Amino acid sequence: MVWNEKAECMSRDDLNELQLKKLQDVVKKAYENVPYYNKKFQNMGIFPEDIQSLEDIQKLPFTTKDDLRQVYPFGMFAVPKKDIIEVHTSSGTTGKPVVSGYTREDLDLWAEVMARGLTMMGVDDEDIIQNTHGYGLFTGGFGVHYGAQKIGSTVIPISTGQTRRQIEIMTDFGTTVMIFTPSYGLYLSEVAEEEGFDPENSQLKAIGFGAEMWTNEMRKEIEKRFGAPAFNIYGLTEIMGPGVAIECKEQNGLHVFEDHFYPEIIDTNTSQNLDAGNAGELVLTNLSRIGMPIIRFITKDITSLRYEKCDCGRSLVKMDRITGRSDDMLKVKGVAVFPSQIEKALLKIDGIEPHYQIIVTRPHNLDEMEVKVETSESLFSDEIKEMVAIRKKIANFIENEIGIRVNITLVEPKSLPRSEGKAVRVIDKRNMY
Amino acid sequence: MEIRLGDKKMKIKQLSIFLENKKGRLWTALNTLADGGINIRALSIADTSDFGILRLIVPEPEKAKKLLEENNFIVKMKEVVAVELSDQPGGLASVLKMLNDSDINLEYLYAFVHEKKDKAILLLSTDDLDVLIEVLNDGGATLVPPEEVYDL
Repeated sequence: MVWNEKAECMSRDDLNELQLKKLQDVVKKAYENVPYYNKKFQNMGIFPEDIQSLEDIQKLPFTTKDDLRQVYPFGMFAVPKKDIIEVHTSSGTTGKPVVSGYTREDLDLWAEVMARGLTMMGVDDEDIIQNTHGYGLFTGGFGVHYGAQKIGSTVIPISTGQTRRQIEIMTDFGTTVMIFTPSYGLYLSEVAEEEGFDPENSQLKAIGFGAEMWTNEMRKEIEKRFGAPAFNIYGLTEIMGPGVAIECKEQNGLHVFEDHFYPEIIDTNTSQNLDAGNAGELVLTNLSRIGMPIIRFITKDITSLRYEKCDCGRSLVKMDRITGRSDDMLKVKGVAVFPSQIEKALLKIDGIEPHYQIIVTRPHNLDEMEVKVETSESLFSDEIKEMVAIRKKIANFIENEIGIRVNITLVEPKSLPRSEGKAVRVIDKRNMY
Repeated sequence: MEIRLGDKKMKIKQLSIFLENKKGRLWTALNTLADGGINIRALSIADTSDFGILRLIVPEPEKAKKLLEENNFIVKMKEVVAVELSDQPGGLASVLKMLNDSDINLEYLYAFVHEKKDKAILLLSTDDLDVLIEVLNDGGATLVPPEEVYDL
């Protein structure tokens, strides 16, 4: 079933015409109402009337996460604050978070795209959706919630955690759709098995994945353990939240809702646009958002676009699952972590050399992060209890910075690898790519 | 509290070395000393799951420290006190009783055998060595001077 056949199965020509009209409109609104864009466009000598074709989007400047942070908190709003009826933020792990503001129309749009996505996954008003994404500033919980309400299914807004209760409710309420991050899903499945869950007799018919990178092996494993197909949900707070692109029953790529989000792929080094089929950084432009239209946002997610007719009947472009990042961001337990944050935390502690190494593993299907820190003369104590206290102190400082607990290993000085250029700071053993 | 001048001389220099819990690290540390012609008088290791502290008594602590540091080891020099134990049941207990009675909290201790005298030597570490020395003297324990410990 297709939620919005007119939009999702539109011919490419009609779609391009619609996109151009919307692009011209959004550029004009950004120019007129957002001081940040007004100044930036003027500095570059670009004006709304310069957008005469879709290719003209390449004349517009990129927007980065840093740009958004600089206008914290409400500098990107294109409408008076009273018209904004909800805000969310990115996890804010690298300094100030990015604030995303929504008007009533924007929330309707969010519900619309999530409704399309859930329908793609085969979900309808008969279904019971157990939403394990967190409800709060994080966009995951609410995004799924709005879409589920739009299609009329029953939502269990359980959020993350209370794993045994999740299983109990899943069984007692007859949950038919689970929404989780892949790593939480794997963990849930282990607990489910302990509790006697039988995938053969499960009522589950679909699983929605979000917020993390994953591999096909992981997907197969989760599908086997829950006895239901799993579909990828893509989104980001800066642009809106989950629902920018979602996977259909074909399970070979995510349909981008191009009538609302305009996708481009650029070369990581040259920032030049790449032709369809080539992998590069995904750049997104809000075509319909009213409260906070973002133009050419560099997602730093690596993917490629395929313009082909899908067997599901939709004509929307398909993007491959995210296969990496153009920066050094890591997702650990669903939380965005940058190595620079670890460095920042270490520099706050006297006597610590900023030589460190991050090792991410996934024992028992849950992410674990180890930080190796070089011991120095001033850090070293002759007493075990003091060394253990130092280790704890380092873990506390890092937790303050990134929000998750890590294991600290003290190593000998000069024992961590130093390379000519960029040091090898991160070893990700999770085989995500 | 009166501090007897002579007691200062009863402190023994000990080297503490940080060891990562990794294959071959203890060997590398000890081999570094062997190559430098430094003999080890006494040794103790404290360990946790991922690191250990190697404590050593050597005849030339300054030289050994320099040598280890040149080989990227982190070394702390610290003073400890050596007590001679009579080789009979209750020898160690009598020393510990003195400390207990005076509320002295030991950080750690280790023992080795004085081959020439056929006696056990106990090395003690605490945060206030002067008080420790005084308590041991008052209790009638036999302190072993550094020259003798280094030259065992």
